[in-house]
Amino acid sequence: MFDSLTQKFSGVLASLRSKGKISTSDVEKTCQEIHQALLESDVALSVVNEFIEIVRTRSLAALGEFQSGTNQASAIFEIINAALVEILGNQARRVRFAKNPPTVIMLAGLQGAGKTTLAGKLAKYFADQGNTPLLVASDLQRPNAVTQLQVVGENIGIPVFAPEPGNGVGDPVKVARDGVSFAKAKLHNMVIVDTAGRLGVDAPLMKEAKSIADAINPNEILFVVDAMIGQDAVKTAQAFLDGVGFDGVVLTKLDGDARGGAALSIAHMTKRPIMFVSNGEKVDDFDIFYPERMASRILGMGDVATLAEQAKKAIDGDVAAKMESKFASGEDFTLEDFLEQLQALSKMGSMSKMLAMLPGGAQMKKQIANVDDGEIIRTQAIVQSMTPLERRDPKVLNGSRRARIAKGAGRAVSDVNSLVERFAQAQKVMRQMRNGGTPQGISGMGLPGGMGMPAMKSGANKPANTGKKKSKSGNPAKRALEERG
Amino acid sequence: MGLFGKIIAKITGAVHTSSAGWDELEISLLESDLGPALSAEIISAARSARAENASEAIISVLRAALSRKNREILQSQSGPTVILVVGVNGTGKTTSVAKLAHYLSEKERTVVMAAGDTFRAAAVDQLRTWGERLDIEVVHGADKADPASVAFDAVQQGLARKADYIIIDTAGRLHNKSDLISELGKVKRVIEKVLPVQEILLVIDATTGQNGLVQAKVFAEAVDVSGIIVTKLDGSARGGIALAIEKGLDIPIKFVGNGEAVTDFAPFDPEIYLPTLL
Repeated sequence: MFDSLTQKFSGVLASLRSKGKISTSDVEKTCQEIHQALLESDVALSVVNEFIEIVRTRSLAALGEFQSGTNQASAIFEIINAALVEILGNQARRVRFAKNPPTVIMLAGLQGAGKTTLAGKLAKYFADQGNTPLLVASDLQRPNAVTQLQVVGENIGIPVFAPEPGNGVGDPVKVARDGVSFAKAKLHNMVIVDTAGRLGVDAPLMKEAKSIADAINPNEILFVVDAMIGQDAVKTAQAFLDGVGFDGVVLTKLDGDARGGAALSIAHMTKRPIMFVSNGEKVDDFDIFYPERMASRILGMGDVATLAEQAKKAIDGDVAAKMESKFASGEDFTLEDFLEQLQALSKMGSMSKMLAMLPGGAQMKKQIANVDDGEIIRTQAIVQSMTPLERRDPKVLNGSRRARIAKGAGRAVSDVNSLVERFAQAQKVMRQMRNGGTPQGISGMGLPGGMGMPAMKSGANKPANTGKKKSKSGNPAKRALEERG
Repeated sequence: MGLFGKIIAKITGAVHTSSAGWDELEISLLESDLGPALSAEIISAARSARAENASEAIISVLRAALSRKNREILQSQSGPTVILVVGVNGTGKTTSVAKLAHYLSEKERTVVMAAGDTFRAAAVDQLRTWGERLDIEVVHGADKADPASVAFDAVQQGLARKADYIIIDTAGRLHNKSDLISELGKVKRVIEKVLPVQEILLVIDATTGQNGLVQAKVFAEAVDVSGIIVTKLDGSARGGIALAIEKGLDIPIKFVGNGEAVTDFAPFDPEIYLPTLL
């Protein structure tokens, strides 16, 4: 997401970096380029102007104060970053829970923004944290929206309150009110109310949304908006703010390549925080919105914090602990451990998505698109075709064993050979690291076959680590060789 | 709205429109989602025309930017006309399929609709509900069926029924998901084993920003998009992105959707649309 905007910013900043001393006219030129980049990214004109004014004023003020030796480009970069974070709403805000449950969340937005899908994702997200959400089908307008929510609920195992068939039949206000009472009676601690999509200019439907809000008095009204929306974002957001009122924003379809300027506009104009983002078709493709991280992404600095979090989520604590103790005790890293890591890796989601979060990910977009997620599966298949003995001690792998493994995995013998070879190298690197070598950073996990997983834990809380990775190789073993020269 | 610019133009005529007035008009185009480059281009062309009235000058520049291609539905020479409806998620494909089917059946044509969105929960039911309401036959497969097989069945069914039109709904897909885009290519190829696909209509939401251009490019490359349906034009969005696409890729806008009722659907009329961009 935000890719094109990121590319534009990268270009602007690269030309700034090429200059040692920055002049007033350089600042002006940078501002003009950012102006154009933001407009092409659908940021509302008024927001663009305001943003540029902030950047210009602060940059010009900073120019006068630069000491000799300051990296001026970085300082300007920092100013832009800070202004972006400010516009995106500074702090990530969490959902306010009701003092007396249930916590009521109502969704509102244009048609096709993705409310019903989001209702499911939200419910799953909170259920995973130990809440007991109830979904309420108050979209009685769109044909079969009720059925859609029921199917969604069934798939994720969340109950759906749907007393009315929808398709124009039934009173959405009553359904919402009854839904909340039902939740109270059944001791659900959370209610998520899906409502019909409506246009900002549609007065009767806006009034209906308001009536729903008045009837159930939600703790949070979330405005759901498509990341691909254009200049109309501001008008629509304002119409919903005036008509229904909302407390937070959810951006959907962020897995597209929309430049996402709408996010900047809406957050800035309505002063309501973007709270969640939805970025894929699967029910888990959903996350909390972090302004600082988003600003980093826009500026091409990557999103290592999110990556580290996903790694933590995917790698079960026990596995990580086991790996660490193994590493410390001097035991050898075996193919069995490797298999465990591969499985954890595939739990983290697609390789291309993860790579895109790394610093410089935007520039590698083409290469990332060509990363083959199937490679992990194929590598897993090879390891799984080995006997336990072979996994623990690859030295026993003679020609006939390799031929058998290749046949079992449906791969060529050369694939088995190269895996065994890469593994041997990685093992060697691991031993060197234990004996005081430089630990590899998080980017070591880059490509399937890379054995950098144990290092991930140490890398996780130190995003700065990755800054110095200039190596071309995603394979830590190879890189170690390169580094030793 | 370039109110200021318009007033100035009305009072003094475009020859005397101040550069502030022109700036206002440019902002107005920008806010219609025409995009910064196209807006600037149109304004500079209109300025150099030195016409009496600035707004009219701009509209005639816009008119000249329109595609010269046919805006009617391309008809099959023999047998049913097959129409495939495609687009990203949430633009209103299923609703547009129903509206288009209704529009054609009002002209005394027989239509078969195919519920090819087998991915989104209950999308098949959504189209079937429309079919019942409109009394138009809907072909559908099992839950999570292969969309290409549903399309194939629909075309065969349409052929057997001697239908005039077969309109095939597809699942929403983001244009940067290359596997989903190639799935669309497959759907088309499978249909073409039975009948040629006359018309591939891309559904564009009027609220879409500059991303619409990328969407259209990718879909056009994958499946030869022959026309555009602009939806949700009844909101506050003016849908300038559709014109940007029409001009950029020479794909004509064929229909507009402007309301929730099935009759809120009409062939595209530039003379209604263009003035709203200002």
